[in-house]
Amino acid sequence: MTAFSPSSDQSPTDTLAPALAEGAELLAHGTAEEGHPDHRMFGLATFLVADGMTFAGFFAAYLTFRAVNPLPAGAIYELELILPTINTVLLVVSSFTFHRAAKQLRQNQLGACRLWLLVTAGLGLAFLGGQMVEYFTLPFGLTDNLYASTFYALTGFHGLHVTLGALMILIVWWQARIPGKFTADHHFGVEAAELYWHFVDGIWLILYGILYLL
Amino acid sequence: MTIALPPQTSSSPPGLQPEGWLRYLSFSLDHKVIGLQYMVAGFFFYLVGGALAGMIRVELVSPISDFLGRETYNEVLTLHGTVMIFLWIVPVVNGAFGNYLIPFYVGARDMAFPRLNAVAFWLIPPAGFLLIASYFIGGAAQSGWTAYPPLSLTTPAAGQVVWILSVLLLGGSSIFGGINFIATVLKMRRPGLKMMQLPMYCWAMLGTSILVVLSTPVLAGTLVLLSFDIIAHTGFFNPALGGNAVVYQHLFWFYSHPAVYIMVLPAFGLVSEILPVHARKPLFGYTTMVYSILAIVFLGLIVWAHHMFTSATPPWMRLFFTIATAFIAVPTGIKFFNWLATLWGGKIALNSAMLFSCAFILHFVFGGITGVALAQVPFDIHVHDTYFVVGHFHYVVYGGTVFVIFGSIYHWYPKFTGRMLNEDLGRFHFLITFIGFNLCFAPQHWLGLNGMPRRVAEYDPQFTLVNQISSVGALLMALSTLPFLINVFWSAFSGKVAGDNPWNALTPEWLTSSPPPVENWKGEAPLVTHPYGYGVPPGQIDLKAATGRELWSSGQ
Repeated sequence: MTAFSPSSDQSPTDTLAPALAEGAELLAHGTAEEGHPDHRMFGLATFLVADGMTFAGFFAAYLTFRAVNPLPAGAIYELELILPTINTVLLVVSSFTFHRAAKQLRQNQLGACRLWLLVTAGLGLAFLGGQMVEYFTLPFGLTDNLYASTFYALTGFHGLHVTLGALMILIVWWQARIPGKFTADHHFGVEAAELYWHFVDGIWLILYGILYLL
Repeated sequence: MTIALPPQTSSSPPGLQPEGWLRYLSFSLDHKVIGLQYMVAGFFFYLVGGALAGMIRVELVSPISDFLGRETYNEVLTLHGTVMIFLWIVPVVNGAFGNYLIPFYVGARDMAFPRLNAVAFWLIPPAGFLLIASYFIGGAAQSGWTAYPPLSLTTPAAGQVVWILSVLLLGGSSIFGGINFIATVLKMRRPGLKMMQLPMYCWAMLGTSILVVLSTPVLAGTLVLLSFDIIAHTGFFNPALGGNAVVYQHLFWFYSHPAVYIMVLPAFGLVSEILPVHARKPLFGYTTMVYSILAIVFLGLIVWAHHMFTSATPPWMRLFFTIATAFIAVPTGIKFFNWLATLWGGKIALNSAMLFSCAFILHFVFGGITGVALAQVPFDIHVHDTYFVVGHFHYVVYGGTVFVIFGSIYHWYPKFTGRMLNEDLGRFHFLITFIGFNLCFAPQHWLGLNGMPRRVAEYDPQFTLVNQISSVGALLMALSTLPFLINVFWSAFSGKVAGDNPWNALTPEWLTSSPPPVENWKGEAPLVTHPYGYGVPPGQIDLKAATGRELWSSGQ
């Protein structure tokens, strides 16, 4: 059976059919995957829509709380802006560095690609470090008031995403050391991590807007 | 976006996948095996949920709480709702039939993501047993399947947290399934097969999966916040800590109203497959059916607050959600008239599959009418949280979806097993289910109109007789499962051999052997561009040749 060509629009049935028509035994299921077209990026994009809806639910809850529920006396919405702004810059820059890494990979510059992947992961980890510092210096705790709870829930859920994203980047960085694992045409792992990373970045921009600036 | 694909070598050697009945207990990647896994697991939980419903109806035979204590009643009630919705109807009407049929309908050999598919199924049994186990470890959740705070914050925490965990797992399973269905319908179609040539169930599952992907994550996020309120004592939904309980209701119903369509849109699709086959007529109004489904998906996302008219909803919100809800009756009505027109003048075979489908039409019209009534604010405020709502809901979900599930089992059992179900037992099953169901739930509308509140173990003695009638109906429903189970087990070994296509149907799953081989077809997948091309005299249809474009495109 020939390998499935990603550029053609043909279904696996066409590659299977000749083998089967010649009276070949049906293969045990799961062995014929090389004939199975790759829709993983589409699946990931659909998953990110779902993930985005989780955030949308949180945003809606937070905005409603702010509109409807007054805070107890003494509690405020204003936060120190310097650290989160630096964090925002780090994350935005990391999106560009990841883009750069993928571009190098498409030009078959594997070494440069790995370097930029490492830079991206470093920026992500720096973001997490900055958020940790912020958590320790904030004047309120998780259960102090409704705004505090929502703040920690939203940034925590986003931080979980950043952590997973940084892990993904480190994994593809590690995998990329194997020659032939990612080629200029075939690098689903890198592509998936990149899409996910841009998603996490985009969510942060909304969070920064509604949690810190609003 | 270009999709990169490394040349892969197979990771599982031949023979790793078990064969025979063992594969139904394995991490099989075959969509047909997974479909039947969903079906059997779902039916097991249906029996569990049915037993819980039986306990509720026994308790309600008398106006005092004598059979169950009040707290036990609340636990049983919560488990009944959760098990039936999340472990029986959603997995079976989506997962079971979806996995079995969708790859056939799009002309594929499997779903887009077979491994994800198996993961989605295998999340269900642990989640189900976790939920049931919570009853035995310090008491199950008591706040109903809606888990409204502050009720869910004041009832015992352990059961509520286990309930949240279980629902999160089931929600994850549902999302994975939804992603898989969307990718399969949109990306896995056989070359030459256009969207508007797909059998209607594909459209129904596409619409359902869009709802799953858009709304289930919102419920998941909300339940995570609710668990924070319970475990970490935050105050998101706790008014005593400055939180807002109504926000929970909004977020909950943002999922749980679409959940009604997640349960009923696939049933619409299945009925659209069954009726043309047994009436020997093309499905009436294919295009309007498709657009109705899409309209229901859109409107279904913007009507959730009609569940909250008594939650201090502002007038503009009441107006908007009343109007939007009433609008849903339009696409739904289109679908009903299309089904009636499909039956009209058809050569109707009144077999079990057809009887259950017709009963579905009857029940769903009734449930739909009470639904439109409930969307009207003055009426809703009068009957809110009464047995009227219980009656309405069960007409939609049992009289609608569960009847369709039974009809679909009678229709597709020959394909699943290669043997026919016994028709006499099937009609007997239908008769008792139909009588039992209507006897059980029709009187509840009267109870609700007269003010009997739901979810309470005790009631005013004036309602005793009608509650006893309702409980007799529930007993009949319980008994009706027996002929069905006998039929299914007996026919699996001794039923009449079905052959490839006992109904002379034209949809692709019938154009292969029964049960179908691994990879669905020996040879090329058929291209069926007219899945409802009935009405040709039987002699002129050469079903052996009905696998090619020529036959159905040649204007017959």
